[in-house]
Amino acid sequence: MQPLPAHWTRRAEFLAGCRAELPIILGVAPFGMIYGALAVGAGLSAFAAQAMSSVVFAGSAQFIAAQLIREGSPGLVVAVTVLVVNLRHLLYSASVAPYLRHLRAGWKGLLAYLLTDEAYAVAIGRYLRDGDRTDADPVSPNRHWYFLGAGLVLWGSWQVSTGVGIFLGALVPASWSLDFTLPLTFIALVFPSLRDRGAFAAALGGGGIAVLAFGLPYKLGLMLAAVGGIAVGLVADRAEREA
Amino acid sequence: MSWLPTLAVAGLLTFLIRLSFIALLGRVETPPLLARALRLVPPAVLSAIILPELLLRRGAVDLSLGNVRLLAGLLATGVAIWTRNVLATIGAGMAALWLLQYLVAR
Repeated sequence: MQPLPAHWTRRAEFLAGCRAELPIILGVAPFGMIYGALAVGAGLSAFAAQAMSSVVFAGSAQFIAAQLIREGSPGLVVAVTVLVVNLRHLLYSASVAPYLRHLRAGWKGLLAYLLTDEAYAVAIGRYLRDGDRTDADPVSPNRHWYFLGAGLVLWGSWQVSTGVGIFLGALVPASWSLDFTLPLTFIALVFPSLRDRGAFAAALGGGGIAVLAFGLPYKLGLMLAAVGGIAVGLVADRAEREA
Repeated sequence: MSWLPTLAVAGLLTFLIRLSFIALLGRVETPPLLARALRLVPPAVLSAIILPELLLRRGAVDLSLGNVRLLAGLLATGVAIWTRNVLATIGAGMAALWLLQYLVAR
Protein backbone atom coordinates (compact mmCIF):
# COMPACT_ATOMS: atom_id res chain seq x y z
CA MET A 1 0.00 0.00 0.00
CA GLN A 2 1.28 3.43 -0.95
CA PRO A 3 1.75 6.03 1.80
CA LEU A 4 -0.82 8.83 1.79
CA PRO A 5 0.15 12.18 0.26
CA ALA A 6 0.80 14.65 3.10
CA HIS A 7 -2.28 16.73 2.31
CA TRP A 8 -4.52 13.68 2.66
CA THR A 9 -3.71 12.93 6.31
CA ARG A 10 -6.55 13.34 8.80
CA ARG A 11 -4.89 16.34 10.39
CA ALA A 12 -4.27 18.08 7.06
CA GLU A 13 -7.81 17.40 5.87
CA PHE A 14 -9.27 18.64 9.17
CA LEU A 15 -7.25 21.88 9.08
CA ALA A 16 -8.08 22.49 5.41
CA GLY A 17 -11.79 22.15 6.23
CA CYS A 18 -11.41 24.62 9.13
CA ARG A 19 -9.64 27.11 6.87
CA ALA A 20 -12.30 26.82 4.15
CA GLU A 21 -15.03 27.65 6.68
CA LEU A 22 -13.25 30.67 8.24
CA PRO A 23 -14.40 33.37 5.78
CA ILE A 24 -17.99 32.18 6.23
CA ILE A 25 -17.99 32.75 9.99
CA LEU A 26 -17.46 36.48 9.38
CA GLY A 27 -20.93 36.48 7.86
CA VAL A 28 -22.44 34.07 10.39
CA ALA A 29 -21.19 35.58 13.65
CA PRO A 30 -23.37 38.74 13.44
CA PHE A 31 -26.44 36.52 13.06
CA GLY A 32 -25.47 34.49 16.09
CA MET A 33 -25.29 37.73 18.07
CA ILE A 34 -28.60 39.01 16.69
CA TYR A 35 -30.23 35.64 17.43
CA GLY A 36 -28.91 35.65 21.01
CA ALA A 37 -30.19 39.18 21.61
CA LEU A 38 -33.59 38.38 20.02
CA ALA A 39 -33.99 35.15 21.98
CA VAL A 40 -33.55 36.79 25.40
CA GLY A 41 -35.74 39.67 24.20
CA ALA A 42 -38.42 37.08 23.33
CA GLY A 43 -38.41 35.88 26.91
CA LEU A 44 -36.18 32.82 26.70
CA SER A 45 -33.77 32.32 29.58
CA ALA A 46 -30.08 32.70 28.73
CA PHE A 47 -29.69 28.95 29.21
CA ALA A 48 -32.59 28.07 26.86
CA ALA A 49 -31.38 30.56 24.23
CA GLN A 50 -27.90 29.00 24.27
CA ALA A 51 -29.39 25.48 24.37
CA MET A 52 -31.37 26.21 21.20
CA SER A 53 -28.12 27.09 19.40
CA SER A 54 -26.49 23.81 20.38
CA VAL A 55 -29.55 21.52 20.16
CA VAL A 56 -31.36 22.88 17.08
CA PHE A 57 -28.27 24.51 15.49
CA ALA A 58 -30.07 26.01 12.48
CA GLY A 59 -30.03 29.79 12.08
CA SER A 60 -33.28 30.69 10.30
CA ALA A 61 -35.30 28.09 12.25
CA GLN A 62 -33.96 29.56 15.50
CA PHE A 63 -34.95 33.10 14.45
CA ILE A 64 -38.46 31.94 13.62
CA ALA A 65 -38.75 29.92 16.83
CA ALA A 66 -37.70 32.99 18.86
CA GLN A 67 -40.35 35.05 17.05
CA LEU A 68 -43.06 32.45 17.77
CA ILE A 69 -42.03 32.20 21.42
CA ARG A 70 -42.22 35.99 21.73
CA GLU A 71 -45.78 35.86 20.40
CA GLY A 72 -46.77 33.21 22.91
CA SER A 73 -47.20 30.26 20.52
CA PRO A 74 -47.58 26.80 22.02
CA GLY A 75 -44.58 24.45 22.04
CA LEU A 76 -46.09 22.10 19.46
CA VAL A 77 -46.40 24.92 16.92
CA VAL A 78 -42.79 25.97 17.57
CA ALA A 79 -41.52 22.41 17.08
CA VAL A 80 -43.57 21.79 13.90
CA THR A 81 -42.48 25.15 12.43
CA VAL A 82 -38.82 24.29 13.06
CA LEU A 83 -39.47 20.98 11.30
CA VAL A 84 -41.01 22.71 8.25
CA VAL A 85 -38.26 25.33 8.02
CA ASN A 86 -35.53 22.69 8.26
CA LEU A 87 -37.10 20.30 5.75
CA ARG A 88 -34.75 21.72 3.12
CA HIS A 89 -31.95 19.88 4.91
CA LEU A 90 -33.40 16.70 3.39
CA LEU A 91 -31.87 17.91 0.13
CA TYR A 92 -28.47 18.42 1.75
CA SER A 93 -28.68 14.99 3.34
CA ALA A 94 -29.50 13.38 -0.02
CA SER A 95 -26.74 15.37 -1.69
CA VAL A 96 -23.85 14.38 0.64
CA ALA A 97 -25.07 10.85 1.41
CA PRO A 98 -23.22 9.12 -1.47
CA TYR A 99 -19.90 10.51 -0.20
CA LEU A 100 -20.46 9.32 3.39
CA ARG A 101 -21.64 5.82 2.53
CA HIS A 102 -18.46 4.07 3.65
CA LEU A 103 -18.38 5.69 7.11
CA ARG A 104 -19.33 4.11 10.42
CA ALA A 105 -22.63 5.05 12.08
CA GLY A 106 -20.92 7.34 14.61
CA TRP A 107 -19.35 9.43 11.86
CA LYS A 108 -22.64 9.59 9.96
CA GLY A 109 -24.42 10.81 13.08
CA LEU A 110 -21.77 13.41 13.87
CA LEU A 111 -21.64 14.81 10.33
CA ALA A 112 -25.46 14.81 10.09
CA TYR A 113 -25.57 16.91 13.28
CA LEU A 114 -23.10 19.37 11.70
CA LEU A 115 -24.97 19.52 8.36
CA THR A 116 -26.00 23.21 8.30
CA ASP A 117 -26.36 25.39 5.19
CA GLU A 118 -22.85 26.78 5.64
CA ALA A 119 -21.05 23.50 6.41
CA TYR A 120 -22.92 21.81 3.55
CA ALA A 121 -21.81 24.50 1.11
CA VAL A 122 -18.14 24.04 1.99
CA ALA A 123 -18.18 20.23 2.20
CA ILE A 124 -20.14 19.64 -1.02
CA GLY A 125 -17.82 22.09 -2.76
CA ARG A 126 -14.89 19.85 -1.87
CA TYR A 127 -16.68 16.66 -2.92
CA LEU A 128 -17.78 18.14 -6.25
CA ARG A 129 -14.28 19.41 -7.01
CA ASP A 130 -13.05 15.86 -6.41
CA GLY A 131 -15.47 14.58 -9.02
CA ASP A 132 -18.23 12.08 -8.55
CA ARG A 133 -16.09 9.10 -7.62
CA THR A 134 -17.15 7.98 -4.18
CA ASP A 135 -14.76 5.16 -3.35
CA ALA A 136 -12.22 5.06 -6.16
CA ASP A 137 -8.48 5.12 -5.40
CA PRO A 138 -7.54 8.65 -6.50
CA VAL A 139 -9.84 10.24 -3.89
CA SER A 140 -8.56 11.10 -0.41
CA PRO A 141 -9.85 8.50 2.09
CA ASN A 142 -9.96 11.17 4.81
CA ARG A 143 -12.30 13.66 3.15
CA HIS A 144 -14.76 13.31 6.03
CA TRP A 145 -12.18 15.04 8.27
CA TYR A 146 -12.44 18.05 5.96
CA PHE A 147 -16.22 18.05 6.47
CA LEU A 148 -15.68 17.69 10.24
CA GLY A 149 -13.28 20.66 10.33
CA ALA A 150 -15.67 22.88 8.40
CA GLY A 151 -18.65 21.80 10.53
CA LEU A 152 -16.87 22.27 13.88
CA VAL A 153 -15.58 25.75 13.02
CA LEU A 154 -19.10 26.82 12.14
CA TRP A 155 -20.51 25.14 15.27
CA GLY A 156 -17.99 26.86 17.55
CA SER A 157 -18.53 30.30 16.02
CA TRP A 158 -22.33 29.89 16.28
CA GLN A 159 -22.13 28.96 19.98
CA VAL A 160 -19.73 31.81 20.84
CA SER A 161 -21.62 34.47 18.87
CA THR A 162 -24.92 33.31 20.43
CA GLY A 163 -23.38 33.72 23.88
CA VAL A 164 -22.14 37.22 23.05
CA GLY A 165 -25.61 38.14 21.73
CA ILE A 166 -27.32 36.82 24.86
CA PHE A 167 -24.97 38.91 27.01
CA LEU A 168 -25.39 42.07 24.88
CA GLY A 169 -29.13 41.53 24.42
CA ALA A 170 -29.67 41.86 28.14
CA LEU A 171 -28.06 45.32 27.92
CA VAL A 172 -29.94 46.66 24.85
CA PRO A 173 -33.15 48.63 25.59
CA ALA A 174 -36.40 47.64 23.83
CA SER A 175 -36.67 51.10 22.22
CA TRP A 176 -33.88 50.07 19.81
CA SER A 177 -36.44 47.79 18.09
CA LEU A 178 -33.81 45.09 17.53
CA ASP A 179 -36.63 42.65 16.76
CA PHE A 180 -36.92 44.39 13.37
CA THR A 181 -33.58 42.80 12.36
CA LEU A 182 -35.54 39.57 11.91
CA PRO A 183 -37.76 40.60 8.97
CA LEU A 184 -34.80 42.57 7.57
CA THR A 185 -32.64 39.46 7.64
CA PHE A 186 -35.36 37.52 5.86
CA ILE A 187 -35.82 40.27 3.25
CA ALA A 188 -32.13 39.88 2.41
CA LEU A 189 -32.35 36.07 2.35
CA VAL A 190 -35.51 35.76 0.26
CA PHE A 191 -34.24 37.46 -2.90
CA PRO A 192 -31.49 34.94 -3.76
CA SER A 193 -34.15 32.20 -3.52
CA LEU A 194 -36.44 33.91 -6.11
CA ARG A 195 -34.73 32.32 -9.09
CA ASP A 196 -37.74 31.22 -11.12
CA ARG A 197 -41.47 31.70 -11.48
CA GLY A 198 -42.29 28.89 -9.04
CA ALA A 199 -40.22 30.45 -6.27
CA PHE A 200 -41.71 33.88 -6.96
CA ALA A 201 -45.25 32.47 -6.82
CA ALA A 202 -44.43 30.60 -3.58
CA ALA A 203 -43.23 33.86 -2.01
CA LEU A 204 -46.31 35.81 -3.11
CA GLY A 205 -48.65 33.00 -2.07
CA GLY A 206 -46.96 32.44 1.29
CA GLY A 207 -46.84 36.15 2.10
CA GLY A 208 -50.43 36.78 1.02
CA ILE A 209 -51.86 33.83 2.97
CA ALA A 210 -49.85 34.85 6.04
CA VAL A 211 -51.42 38.33 6.00
CA LEU A 212 -54.96 36.95 5.44
CA ALA A 213 -54.61 34.17 8.02
CA PHE A 214 -52.89 36.30 10.66
CA GLY A 215 -55.86 36.14 13.03
CA LEU A 216 -55.78 32.32 13.32
CA PRO A 217 -54.98 31.03 16.81
CA TYR A 218 -51.64 29.47 17.80
CA LYS A 219 -49.83 31.13 14.88
CA LEU A 220 -51.29 28.46 12.61
CA GLY A 221 -51.33 31.12 9.89
CA LEU A 222 -47.58 30.71 9.38
CA MET A 223 -47.87 26.98 8.76
CA LEU A 224 -50.92 27.44 6.54
CA ALA A 225 -48.95 30.07 4.60
CA ALA A 226 -45.92 27.78 4.24
CA VAL A 227 -47.98 24.88 2.89
CA GLY A 228 -50.19 27.15 0.74
CA GLY A 229 -47.19 29.03 -0.66
CA ILE A 230 -45.47 25.79 -1.63
CA ALA A 231 -48.68 24.60 -3.35
CA VAL A 232 -49.02 27.88 -5.29
CA GLY A 233 -45.36 27.61 -6.28
CA LEU A 234 -45.75 24.03 -7.50
CA VAL A 235 -48.73 25.02 -9.66
CA ALA A 236 -46.79 27.96 -11.17
CA ASP A 237 -43.78 25.67 -11.64
CA ARG A 238 -45.88 23.18 -13.59
CA ALA A 239 -47.54 25.92 -15.67
CA GLU A 240 -44.09 27.23 -16.59
CA ARG A 241 -42.77 23.83 -17.62
CA GLU A 242 -45.85 23.07 -19.69
CA ALA A 243 -45.86 26.49 -21.37
CA MET B 1 -42.95 27.96 31.19
CA SER B 2 -39.82 26.02 30.28
CA TRP B 3 -39.02 25.80 26.60
CA LEU B 4 -36.42 23.07 27.02
CA PRO B 5 -38.70 20.09 26.12
CA THR B 6 -39.85 21.92 22.97
CA LEU B 7 -36.24 22.68 22.03
CA ALA B 8 -35.25 19.04 22.60
CA VAL B 9 -38.03 17.87 20.24
CA ALA B 10 -37.18 20.53 17.63
CA GLY B 11 -33.50 19.59 17.82
CA LEU B 12 -34.23 15.88 17.47
CA LEU B 13 -36.48 16.51 14.42
CA THR B 14 -33.80 18.68 12.81
CA PHE B 15 -31.15 16.01 13.43
CA LEU B 16 -33.36 13.27 11.96
CA ILE B 17 -33.98 15.37 8.82
CA ARG B 18 -30.24 15.83 8.36
CA LEU B 19 -29.51 12.18 9.07
CA SER B 20 -32.29 10.79 6.83
CA PHE B 21 -30.58 10.18 3.50
CA ILE B 22 -27.13 9.81 5.04
CA ALA B 23 -28.47 6.88 7.10
CA LEU B 24 -30.27 5.42 4.07
CA LEU B 25 -26.84 4.79 2.52
CA GLY B 26 -27.35 7.42 -0.15
CA ARG B 27 -29.04 4.90 -2.42
CA VAL B 28 -32.49 6.47 -2.31
CA GLU B 29 -33.26 9.16 -4.86
CA THR B 30 -35.31 12.17 -3.75
CA PRO B 31 -38.62 12.03 -5.65
CA PRO B 32 -38.65 15.00 -8.10
CA LEU B 33 -41.92 16.46 -6.76
CA LEU B 34 -40.55 16.40 -3.19
CA ALA B 35 -37.31 18.02 -4.34
CA ARG B 36 -39.24 20.81 -6.08
CA ALA B 37 -41.49 21.34 -3.06
CA LEU B 38 -38.49 21.53 -0.71
CA ARG B 39 -36.85 24.20 -2.85
CA LEU B 40 -39.99 26.32 -2.46
CA VAL B 41 -39.89 26.19 1.36
CA PRO B 42 -37.52 29.16 1.85
CA PRO B 43 -39.39 31.69 -0.35
CA ALA B 44 -42.80 30.61 1.04
CA VAL B 45 -41.78 30.70 4.71
CA LEU B 46 -39.56 33.78 4.55
CA SER B 47 -42.15 35.99 2.90
CA ALA B 48 -44.85 34.56 5.21
CA ILE B 49 -42.83 36.08 8.06
CA ILE B 50 -41.84 39.31 6.29
CA LEU B 51 -45.21 40.51 4.96
CA PRO B 52 -47.23 40.43 8.22
CA GLU B 53 -44.33 42.13 10.04
CA LEU B 54 -44.40 45.00 7.52
CA LEU B 55 -48.09 45.30 6.66
CA LEU B 56 -49.95 44.58 9.90
CA ARG B 57 -50.17 46.99 12.82
CA ARG B 58 -52.31 45.83 15.76
CA GLY B 59 -53.88 43.10 13.64
CA ALA B 60 -54.99 45.30 10.70
CA VAL B 61 -53.35 46.08 7.36
CA ASP B 62 -51.80 49.56 7.64
CA LEU B 63 -50.66 51.15 4.37
CA SER B 64 -50.36 54.68 5.80
CA LEU B 65 -47.18 56.74 6.06
CA GLY B 66 -47.43 56.29 9.82
CA ASN B 67 -46.44 52.63 9.40
CA VAL B 68 -42.71 53.22 9.79
CA ARG B 69 -41.84 49.51 9.63
CA LEU B 70 -43.39 49.26 6.17
CA LEU B 71 -41.39 52.27 4.94
CA ALA B 72 -38.13 50.97 6.46
CA GLY B 73 -38.85 47.50 5.04
CA LEU B 74 -39.44 48.88 1.53
CA LEU B 75 -36.14 50.75 1.69
CA ALA B 76 -34.38 47.60 2.91
CA THR B 77 -35.96 45.65 0.04
CA GLY B 78 -34.43 48.11 -2.42
CA VAL B 79 -31.04 47.73 -0.75
CA ALA B 80 -31.40 43.93 -0.79
CA ILE B 81 -32.15 43.86 -4.52
CA TRP B 82 -29.40 46.36 -5.27
CA THR B 83 -26.55 45.01 -3.10
CA ARG B 84 -27.56 41.37 -2.45
CA ASN B 85 -25.78 41.91 0.86
CA VAL B 86 -27.43 40.79 4.10
CA LEU B 87 -25.59 43.08 6.49
CA ALA B 88 -26.09 46.12 4.25
CA THR B 89 -29.82 45.32 4.13
CA ILE B 90 -30.08 45.06 7.93
CA GLY B 91 -28.00 48.21 8.42
CA ALA B 92 -30.06 50.29 5.98
CA GLY B 93 -33.37 48.99 7.35
CA MET B 94 -32.47 49.64 10.99
CA ALA B 95 -31.08 53.12 10.22
CA ALA B 96 -34.30 53.96 8.37
CA LEU B 97 -36.46 52.62 11.21
CA TRP B 98 -34.57 54.62 13.84
CA LEU B 99 -34.74 57.82 11.80
CA LEU B 100 -38.47 57.39 11.07
CA GLN B 101 -39.25 56.53 14.70
CA TYR B 102 -37.37 59.66 15.77
CA LEU B 103 -39.27 61.83 13.26
CA VAL B 104 -42.66 60.37 14.21
CA ALA B 105 -41.99 60.78 17.93
CA ARG B 106 -41.19 64.49 17.52
